[in-house]
Amino acid sequence: MAPHPGRLRRALSTHWYAWAMVAPVVAVIGVIVGYPLVRGMYLSTTNADEANVERTIGVNHIPATYESVGLDNYRAILDDGVFWDRLTWTVVWTVSCVGLSFVIGLALANMLNRKLRGRSFYRMALILPWAVPAFVSVFTWRLLFNEKKGVLNKILAGGGIDAIPWLNDPTWAKISVITVNVWLGVPFMLVAMLGGLQSIPGELYEAAEMDGASAWQRFRHITLPGLRTVSSTVVLISAIWTFNMFPVIFLLTRGGPGDATEILVTYAYRLSFVVSPRDFAGSAAWGVLILLLLSLFAVVYRRALRKQGEVW
Amino acid sequence: MNPVTSTNSATSATSATSATSVTKGSATATPPTGSPAPAKPRTRPRGERGPLASVALHTTLLIAAAVAVLPPLWLLITSFKPKSEAFSTAVVKDFTLGNYDHVVNDTEFLSWVGNSLFVVGLTTVIGVFISATTGYAVSRFRFPGMRPLMWLLLITQMFPVAVLIVPLYNLLAGFGLLNQPMGLVLTYLTIAVPFSAWMMKGYFDTIPVEIDEAGRVDGLNPFGTFWRLVVPLAKPGLAVTGFYSFITGWAEVAYASAFMTGEENLTLAGGLQTFVNQYTSDWGSLTAAAVIVAVPAAVIFGFVQRHLVSGLTAGATKS
Repeated sequence: MAPHPGRLRRALSTHWYAWAMVAPVVAVIGVIVGYPLVRGMYLSTTNADEANVERTIGVNHIPATYESVGLDNYRAILDDGVFWDRLTWTVVWTVSCVGLSFVIGLALANMLNRKLRGRSFYRMALILPWAVPAFVSVFTWRLLFNEKKGVLNKILAGGGIDAIPWLNDPTWAKISVITVNVWLGVPFMLVAMLGGLQSIPGELYEAAEMDGASAWQRFRHITLPGLRTVSSTVVLISAIWTFNMFPVIFLLTRGGPGDATEILVTYAYRLSFVVSPRDFAGSAAWGVLILLLLSLFAVVYRRALRKQGEVW
Repeated sequence: MNPVTSTNSATSATSATSATSVTKGSATATPPTGSPAPAKPRTRPRGERGPLASVALHTTLLIAAAVAVLPPLWLLITSFKPKSEAFSTAVVKDFTLGNYDHVVNDTEFLSWVGNSLFVVGLTTVIGVFISATTGYAVSRFRFPGMRPLMWLLLITQMFPVAVLIVPLYNLLAGFGLLNQPMGLVLTYLTIAVPFSAWMMKGYFDTIPVEIDEAGRVDGLNPFGTFWRLVVPLAKPGLAVTGFYSFITGWAEVAYASAFMTGEENLTLAGGLQTFVNQYTSDWGSLTAAAVIVAVPAAVIFGFVQRHLVSGLTAGATKS
């Protein structure tokens, strides 16, 4: 679309206020997201690490000495098993967290969406995990999970069951982080689903009941289709949140034991801020790969939605 | 349409969901009529349950509520136990406020609170201020570049920390902003701005376009309409967006852990980690500090949560 001079002027005069209104955000995003992003992509094609970036020690200023290595970082990452291991675990983690919290949230929302004594009490209690800041909750769970002295193992000991190494055994650690994240994620699903349920007109249920539909049939053919738009959005949002869920993993297990619970995001963080020497280039390359995966996911998802008639 | 009725319609738009539930509740309560044949003995009026179903329902909900409430409750209980008894299973054992006293008076806790308040507060104010106009423009106008912009906002929201953290670290180091609250403010804007713009768009969508048209007829230009008619109506939306980005920043861990070092510079998320790490495990102080952090956040959350989901899922529920 080559801008015709007359057309450009006309576009300017009709749209200048809209453009002026979005200008601040575009500028801010350009400077603090765009520049670092471009810079990160550049770093990912170099061999930058702690030892060769520009830095100042005392009064001495040491210029950067890293150089371009082309796509070597990507080649190294994709050839190495670590990336694929982490990717597999991240997918397992995302799918099970989103799936479990969606199902539990939907079930609870259905239970709450009816005449019920103590409804607002249940609602408040069930939302509590969302209200407490996530890092506080994660510390709380670490207290409960403590292998020698934690409450959970003491309760198990009371029942004659051996202590479970919640955070120190690779498999149990995976189960534990998923549990905590589902615990954190259910309230959001619950509230979203309740909103969705309440927007389904009651007459549909009456009509179905007149026609002799059973409770399951009503759920299957009225409730589920009625929740489609809400649930597709919350699943997309929470899949992205879970994929990027840094605090739960970082604060609960630090990715350990070994790197058993390390998802892609925390592993990239480990490369640039935990291991020594800090591998800035490798971490940037991981970041770019993660971003590619997420964009791919969003595009596929949006396309699926648009096929079902959603537009923008 | 005069301003008074328009205010009503804007507020009723947000409370529409609760209104539906009320009408629905009363609708389900009425028994079906018009069946001349005598009802079978076991038929119940619509919307009522047998005693067995009621017991099952309440049991399930009680268990779920217990699972949701017990961990925070245990945190609260533990914070009142003396340090040496942090892991005792007794609910009340030597009740003490010593942990709170220690945290407030003998640690850097208060400066962490100050740092967090400064960083997150400033981020929220700047973020909401500059993203409100964008939310409005995207909600009201169809202009070239709108779809790419919405994509940009959506994509930026899902940016993993990992992509930006290294370049931002280098950028801040270059400006000498590492370990400075201002550096963290800049960083948090990358999170707050796209999110707030998206949320504000959702809120402006619920304000009737007729209001803008009325303003236009009365001779206001688009900026005047926005500033003098729409912003006053959108105050609840601005507040919710602000509160939510505040809570998000309050709980941010990754950037705070990476960019801030030195005990007096930390924010809360980083500071609390110093109580329990591989060298020390001072659970007494941790729990007390955690309670102090969590209570105000939970109270604020309680006020805004009703509006949250409608904001977050605005794009989907509208169409």
